[in-house]
Amino acid sequence: MNLKNKSLWKVDVKTIVAIGIGAALFFVLGRFVAIPSPVPNTTINIQYGVLAFMAACFGPIAGCLIGLIGHFLIDLSAGWGIWWSWVIASAVFGFLVGLLGNRTRLAWGQFGKKGAINFNIAQVIAHAVAWIVIAPVLDILIYSEPANKVFLQGAVAAVANIITTAIIGTLLCFAWAKLVPDKSSLKKED
Amino acid sequence: MKKEPVIQFEHFGFKYDAQIEPTLYDINLSVYPGEKILIAGPSGSGKSTLAHCINGLIPFSYYGDATGSLRLNGKETRDMSLFEISKTVGTVLQDSDAQFVGLTVAEDIAFALENDCVPHSEMLERVAEAAATVGVPSVLSHAPHELSGGQKQRVSLAGVIINDVQVLLFDEPLANLDPSTGKTAIELIDDIHRQTNAAVIIIEHRIEDVLHRDVDRIVIVNDGRIVADLPPNEILCSDVLKNCGLREPLYITALKYAGVQITPDMLPQHIEDIVLNENAKALVSDWFENTPPAEQPAKGPVMFQAEHIRFSYANGHEAIRDVSFTVHRGEIMCIIGQNGAGKSTFSKLICGFETPQEGTMLLEGTDISPLSIKERAEHIGYVMQDPNQMISKTMIREEVGLALELDGLPREEIDRIVNDTLKVCGLYPFRNWPVSALSFGQKKRVTVASILSMNPEIVILDEPTAGQDFRHYTEIMEFLLELNRKGVTIIMITHDMHLMLEYAPRAVVFTDGKILCDDTPANILTNPELVKAASLKETSLFTLAVRCGLSDPRQFVQRFIDYDRRVREK
Amino acid sequence: MTNLFNYIPKDSPVHKLTGATKLAALLLLSFASMTTFDTRFLAGITILTFIMFGVSKIRFREVKALLWFTFVFMVLNNLLIYLFEPEQGVMLYGARHEICRLFGRYTLTQEQLFYHLNVILKYLCMIPLVILFVSTTNPSEFAASLNRIGVNYKICYAVSLALRYIPDIQREYHDISISLQARGVEMTKKEKLFKRLKNIVTILFPLIITSMARIETVSNAMELRSFGKNKKRTWYEARPFLPADIAVIVVSALLLVLSISLNFVNGGRFYNPFV
Repeated sequence: MNLKNKSLWKVDVKTIVAIGIGAALFFVLGRFVAIPSPVPNTTINIQYGVLAFMAACFGPIAGCLIGLIGHFLIDLSAGWGIWWSWVIASAVFGFLVGLLGNRTRLAWGQFGKKGAINFNIAQVIAHAVAWIVIAPVLDILIYSEPANKVFLQGAVAAVANIITTAIIGTLLCFAWAKLVPDKSSLKKED
Repeated sequence: MKKEPVIQFEHFGFKYDAQIEPTLYDINLSVYPGEKILIAGPSGSGKSTLAHCINGLIPFSYYGDATGSLRLNGKETRDMSLFEISKTVGTVLQDSDAQFVGLTVAEDIAFALENDCVPHSEMLERVAEAAATVGVPSVLSHAPHELSGGQKQRVSLAGVIINDVQVLLFDEPLANLDPSTGKTAIELIDDIHRQTNAAVIIIEHRIEDVLHRDVDRIVIVNDGRIVADLPPNEILCSDVLKNCGLREPLYITALKYAGVQITPDMLPQHIEDIVLNENAKALVSDWFENTPPAEQPAKGPVMFQAEHIRFSYANGHEAIRDVSFTVHRGEIMCIIGQNGAGKSTFSKLICGFETPQEGTMLLEGTDISPLSIKERAEHIGYVMQDPNQMISKTMIREEVGLALELDGLPREEIDRIVNDTLKVCGLYPFRNWPVSALSFGQKKRVTVASILSMNPEIVILDEPTAGQDFRHYTEIMEFLLELNRKGVTIIMITHDMHLMLEYAPRAVVFTDGKILCDDTPANILTNPELVKAASLKETSLFTLAVRCGLSDPRQFVQRFIDYDRRVREK
Repeated sequence: MTNLFNYIPKDSPVHKLTGATKLAALLLLSFASMTTFDTRFLAGITILTFIMFGVSKIRFREVKALLWFTFVFMVLNNLLIYLFEPEQGVMLYGARHEICRLFGRYTLTQEQLFYHLNVILKYLCMIPLVILFVSTTNPSEFAASLNRIGVNYKICYAVSLALRYIPDIQREYHDISISLQARGVEMTKKEKLFKRLKNIVTILFPLIITSMARIETVSNAMELRSFGKNKKRTWYEARPFLPADIAVIVVSALLLVLSISLNFVNGGRFYNPFV
């Protein structure tokens, strides 16, 4: 796929489709895929690894909207009401990874050590802001929940998401970048 | 008839940005209003690129350098916008799931109108009209996954003709359709052509199937150039199809084998109309008498048995109703039937992906129902249709060795098995390549190799040659045959009647969750009642044999297949 | 699609409202119940949503699974709040009427109980509203409705595309995951955590590859059919506003205004019976 020559803020038809498909992926992974985590009765949120990858490919606007739409649809279908505080946090996460991770140069089919470092700095900052700042502050503002509860919840979520994104997101980026082979170096061997 | 051409290529060439060599060279082609043209060519010949140039995806979505001139109604396309072009050229894409972007049939048909800001009331009217034209008026509120492949294609077509386009472009309309649906699709395209009088361009490599209804011209593309642009009757008399690695209609090949000189005045375009004089009939008859029947392979011992299998999905849909079925060691067989007839569900049951509610499955006499998916896969491997859905490692070695690695085998052991498997699959020279550098056919081999590394006794393949041209098809099938000779039992799920005729001594026909018939493909395809009941398509070889007054048309089909194989193996 | 969002087609006044109306009402009322903690207001909204439930002809047993899930979630969250801050109510209402002492720092106060009542009311007015929305609104109408309430149509179409391709991607994930399980990819607790995560990538990779390819073909298909040509677009699923629609929107908007003004009347977000 040709992702070159795209400015960070440009929204063309491909970006729109990426938002739609990305949100569908986010939804399916977040709603139907339950991978057990070490903490009993909780599951790993693998959807943030994919969101980070998509945001790094398609930029902050796509990242923001994939998080917003994907998370909104999960809440809508799950029946637990719409938790705007966490929906918005997902959107902020996608936005920040798209903004800070743009130097990942995934679109160029290059992803080396530098790209991996950039990607992970972006995702750590984005997760921290989303779950330790945005989500708890909104929880306090909207639901007047106890501060210590929401900040602890947020911190736990942030750590778990950072770890899963670091593994899943980074591995996906490496694998994707390898898809553009340098054919000149390939030789048949006997 | 001599009007201005609606599409005119003049010395047109195109090179993609990402490639060094041009894909199209010196294309000269005119399409006149109301014409119907078939563009054929092997994979990689440039025929899809040609289609992209016509519908405007080149230069607006795929970038590259164009030379020469391409005019639409006298206007250079590079000076137009994609929207302007799509007002003139309507495209029905090969992948009807990708083209179906609406949530329901009605919304999808209305898609172009919505984008053109057509008022709501007018939209309802035009959607109803287009739906009626293509024959889907009763499913307007259905979601895409409630439709069959043929219906989805009709919806795509409705969504395109709703705009009164001057040119209708069909990109491989027969891919993914079962034989009788494919036949209906060609009839539908023909009807629409008559009704709208738009110029119709069909890109397809299955020539015999397209020629089920008349076309005005066949344009053959090979290596980026147009090598022939002639009426079908003339193309069929030449060797151009064979030379480009395309498959001639089978009855034409049969006539050629029999030594019949085919000339345009015999009207060879349709098997029903071809003029066969007494001399030609005698030649065919002589050929039949003088061609020895091939030996039928002896059946091995029973290997796998399924008895009285029943299965319903969670939603209550009863997909498999009391099916019993036996596989012999070393066999190569096909499972055929319409979409939804139960053939995929049945193979999933065999592999343990789903669990039957009733019935037993025995492998070498042992009940396999207690085995896990993984344990069963060590005996029965499953190869999905789309290799991209199966390949999860970037390097060939890693992909082929994945199951062994997860099994925790020692490194040397893994290397040994992977090397052996790669040699069997003809991939050894590429062992250190990334998967992405391979062609589709090679990727298919990688997926087969990744299953073979677990050393299963039976391999089930879903549509092993889908979307492949004749050369790649032959390559993949010869590879499977080679594996079979080495002792692997092979079951193929397919819509491809040629594949079944040529490569499987036995086929099982599914309809409506049951086995309708279990026989040789030649017998199945020469039985008109069966053909109708299972939505198959009669082979033109049978019609030819009947028209030549042969005593045993079934034998003729079998002998042709055997003979053809021998010729091609040389 | 219908079972994914639990849409239950029926002939009721609520079903007859346009999707845009219900979406607007959902948003207005959810903001209204977010801004205030006025117990009387929340109780009023709760009663209103239960009445609407009756009007919609949706039976409770049809949404039983959703409600049960919600109930468990509500109980858990209340317990968590209490465990973390048994004095939250006291801090918020600035008074302390102790009922009994449990253990350690955990005492039961009237303020804490009243605060939990408010939290429960927040759920009770919000959750049935969402369930009502999804079970009476055809997902096909989501996109057109969003556009109607002012969201850019391209973004609306992204929502529509997400709904369109969720079943396809779900099936694809299932197929890929089964075919890899057959090759020994394990995601249950049998496998160590890091290995489990790596195994997930093994499944995600083919899914990403096919999704990226899908993005390309779908965007081609859409461009070939003039998507993005104009600044606006019309919608096949759009329905004209009827008087009932306008009434619902006006009432919802007034309720939002009421909830905001209650903040001033009460001198804060809380209705405080204790001081």
